[in-house]
Amino acid sequence: MAMILPGFIISLMLGGALSWIVAGKSQALARWISLLTVAINLVVTIVVWVQQGSADEPHSSWLLDFALPWIPRFGIGFHLALDGLSLLLLLLTFFLGTLSVLISWKEIQNQVGLYHFCLLWVLAGITGVFLAMDLFLFFFFWEVMLIPMYFLIIVWGHENSRYAAFKFFIFTQASGLLMLLAILGLYFVHGNQTDNFTFDYFQLLGTDFAPNVGMWLMLGFLAAFAVKLPVVPFHTWLPDAHSQAPTAGSLILAGLLLKTGAYGLLRFIIPLFREQALVIAPWAMAIGVFGIIYGAILAFSQTDLKRLVAYTSVSHMGFIMLGVFSFNELAAQGVVMQMITHGISTGALFILAGFIYERIHTRDITRMGGFWKSMPFLGACGLVFAMASLGLPGLGNFVAEFLTLVGAWQATHKLTIIATIGLVAATIYSLRILQKVFYGTQADSTVLVDLSFRERMVMIALVVSIIWLGLFPQPVLNTAKPSIKMIVETPDKSEANTHRLTTQTEELSTKQKGGSHE
Amino acid sequence: MSKQDLLSIVPLFILTSAAILILFSIAIKRNHKVIYIITTVSLLADFVFMAVADVPMKWTVEPLFVFDGFGKFNFGLILITALALTMLSYAYFEQREERKEEYYILLILATLGAATLTISKHFVSLFLGLEILSVSLYSMIAYLRKRERSDEGGIKYLIIAAFSSAFMLFGMALIYYVTGSMEFEAIGRSLQSLPKLPIIMIAGFGFVIVGIGFKLGIVPFHMWTADVYEGAPLPVTSFIATVSKGGVVALLVRFYTMVNGYQYDGLVGTFTVLVIASMFVGNFLALQQQNVKRLLAYSSISHLGYILVAFIAGGPLGIEAVSFYLVAYFITTVGSFGILTYLSDKDRDAELLDDFKGLFWRRPWTAASFSAMLLSLAGIPLTAGFIGKFYVVAAGVQRSTWLLVIMLIVNSAIGLFYYIRIIAIMFEKQNTVEPSRVALKPSVYLISGLSVAALTIALLWVGVFPEGLMALIRSLLNP
Repeated sequence: MAMILPGFIISLMLGGALSWIVAGKSQALARWISLLTVAINLVVTIVVWVQQGSADEPHSSWLLDFALPWIPRFGIGFHLALDGLSLLLLLLTFFLGTLSVLISWKEIQNQVGLYHFCLLWVLAGITGVFLAMDLFLFFFFWEVMLIPMYFLIIVWGHENSRYAAFKFFIFTQASGLLMLLAILGLYFVHGNQTDNFTFDYFQLLGTDFAPNVGMWLMLGFLAAFAVKLPVVPFHTWLPDAHSQAPTAGSLILAGLLLKTGAYGLLRFIIPLFREQALVIAPWAMAIGVFGIIYGAILAFSQTDLKRLVAYTSVSHMGFIMLGVFSFNELAAQGVVMQMITHGISTGALFILAGFIYERIHTRDITRMGGFWKSMPFLGACGLVFAMASLGLPGLGNFVAEFLTLVGAWQATHKLTIIATIGLVAATIYSLRILQKVFYGTQADSTVLVDLSFRERMVMIALVVSIIWLGLFPQPVLNTAKPSIKMIVETPDKSEANTHRLTTQTEELSTKQKGGSHE
Repeated sequence: MSKQDLLSIVPLFILTSAAILILFSIAIKRNHKVIYIITTVSLLADFVFMAVADVPMKWTVEPLFVFDGFGKFNFGLILITALALTMLSYAYFEQREERKEEYYILLILATLGAATLTISKHFVSLFLGLEILSVSLYSMIAYLRKRERSDEGGIKYLIIAAFSSAFMLFGMALIYYVTGSMEFEAIGRSLQSLPKLPIIMIAGFGFVIVGIGFKLGIVPFHMWTADVYEGAPLPVTSFIATVSKGGVVALLVRFYTMVNGYQYDGLVGTFTVLVIASMFVGNFLALQQQNVKRLLAYSSISHLGYILVAFIAGGPLGIEAVSFYLVAYFITTVGSFGILTYLSDKDRDAELLDDFKGLFWRRPWTAASFSAMLLSLAGIPLTAGFIGKFYVVAAGVQRSTWLLVIMLIVNSAIGLFYYIRIIAIMFEKQNTVEPSRVALKPSVYLISGLSVAALTIALLWVGVFPEGLMALIRSLLNP
């Protein structure tokens, strides 16, 4: 059963390579291969999720564990593990991954093979990031998802794609290197203390630091996650990259890559550096709240539709900073919900922008208007996701933001009040999208075709999932709960928990014959 | 001289006799192919001998040579690199009008010089090796006389190399004056007995560092690099970037550890300054280049800086990191120059950024391997360069040389910019169809193509499964 973890990554890599190979013969075949690869992964993940829900084993938050030695010289193992948090993010990854293949069906016409290769390799990298339980392996995947993304932007992007791709690559790579430094620091600190040199996450948990050392190491990790999330003022790559990428690229950037930053905060910063994180928590929350307001204001003043949506991401990601550093279960649940619902709603807005771009070849809002009349289906979907973005009850984003705010209220009153203002600002910019794009009169008399069957299917899937998350969020919350508990629990309890975890994973990896961390 | 002594210096004899053999063979009849085969076979035979010969793990041939794991590793690395360069040279020189056969004599002699450096433990063998290397390089750089910049490059290198040799000789003389010995270990011993370094000794070390600095092309002794790289024929450029510099790095490591240089803060401080300057200057100059050869020249300056970060960190992990990084750097550099060689035509080398515009759409495989090489230089995962950089950073972090490590990180980010710029240019869309090159014989290019493919595979293999190479290095370094 644990074999499916490397199976996810390998199947995506092979699927990508295969569709590159066959693209020379038939482009349609290449598209089908990548569609099927991602879709099968989605189905498998759903099966795992359903089984996990029925099995109901409360004694551990870890569902699957796979470990092989990789570079024993440095104590590096190929260690993957799945818990509720990773499972939810994998579901999101493969769901959006399937959609990203579908929406590229007509949009991408040159170098189809290479395109799908890059697309699937980005997904493989992201899957690896969500599963890796060895810090070296984590860094490895962290960087692996970067290169294909760079190619996606530069080769299939819009007019200014080179600038955007450079900026994206250098920002994320430079901050990633700081994380590498911190990972190595952690490795040597732990190794010198225990004489056990390892990159394994479970063994590194509970390392004690001299006060200064711990702070610097945490800042190294934080640098990488803050750039990816992004936290203001490290967000400047995001509007460029999002607006210049092809539609599927924007979808993956907004829906998945940003989530790797949030995931890193939850998985690494809080458990590994609890004390240090508590020290910076007020600052982090303040920066998060600043991001909420700042992103909203900038979103309001954009005229490029994709850029506008990109700034709403900056705003929404502020909630994640606020929630993570509130240190309580409610807020952390809100963060998980936010990761998923933001992936769906913002992804959907980017897809809508892509559909409009395919029809009128501009992203300029001032040249849009009156699309409701000519494309009612598109307009209806736009309405749903604008409402989701502003946090209308009944849609997923409301649950996420509500939970985050309730949790944050326990940590800080002032900042929570300011963050709530962000919801008002969100209303303003979301309604502006609706007014400028769908209402009013159409600027020119070109005949616009409403969504095709394929496009409708994509949209329906997104609408159904966002409504489902808004009405029945409980299954998601249940799945995330054990991992969230482990992450936010108070130190003394978590130590016991950590111990239990290590013994459990050790058992598992001995079963695998040759775990990396004996 | 015992039988064991003789056996251990056989690798040097093989190279020497190969050079003489080629000389005679040219006298009988000029035939490019035959000479090429002799060169290949002798390099290969030498490597095989190194690998299988029944020589103890550590053997010294007093007073000149020491055959230990580190020396053997670098010796072998140099032989393999020279072999790869021979493969690439064939197609390149086959296109040229000039007499091509003598080139191989020089190539083998230069390899001999560099290999001698890796096993020297005495100033005399050091100087012999260095001069054999340099003198061969003078003529190799200016080998294609008819080309515009080849004389400039050759003369520049001649003057600089002669100058740096003079510095080095003077430094050696001063060290000899203080310690009364030219043998590294004896120098180290007599330094131990001194309470502090006498000023003449410091001057002596200073002059030797200047000499070595020139050979390595680190800042501020880097002025020659770009012009020489640009003027030299492509295979020679990659020879300078790899074999020549690698030999000197190996020598530096050996000299420094044997005289126990790590205990002198002044020396370590000097190197720290030089290394930081090399990384920054190399990267900043590379940022502004439009010529790929010059760009790679400046990037090699900063890569030397990265290697020396591990060297300054020292210790077993540091030496391991130096060795590993050398392998990664050799594969990558030979590979990227190999691709330039592969793309060059009869009249000029493919060296301008414009030559690479839209390369991906014309020659997807070549562009893909070149991208892999550049990503490896930038230190991106899945490539050998990443593991190399990881190793270096690990060595630095272990010894807490934070300043150097952080400078390395900053420079990696700067370096990234010009590497991915080339990749972006290769992937740029191109509308005009270029007239396809008239290939001489497809079979000639087959060898270059295969070598580049092999290097790319090696690059990815080491990047994904580095454990094998790590184990090899460790088994040689810590028997």
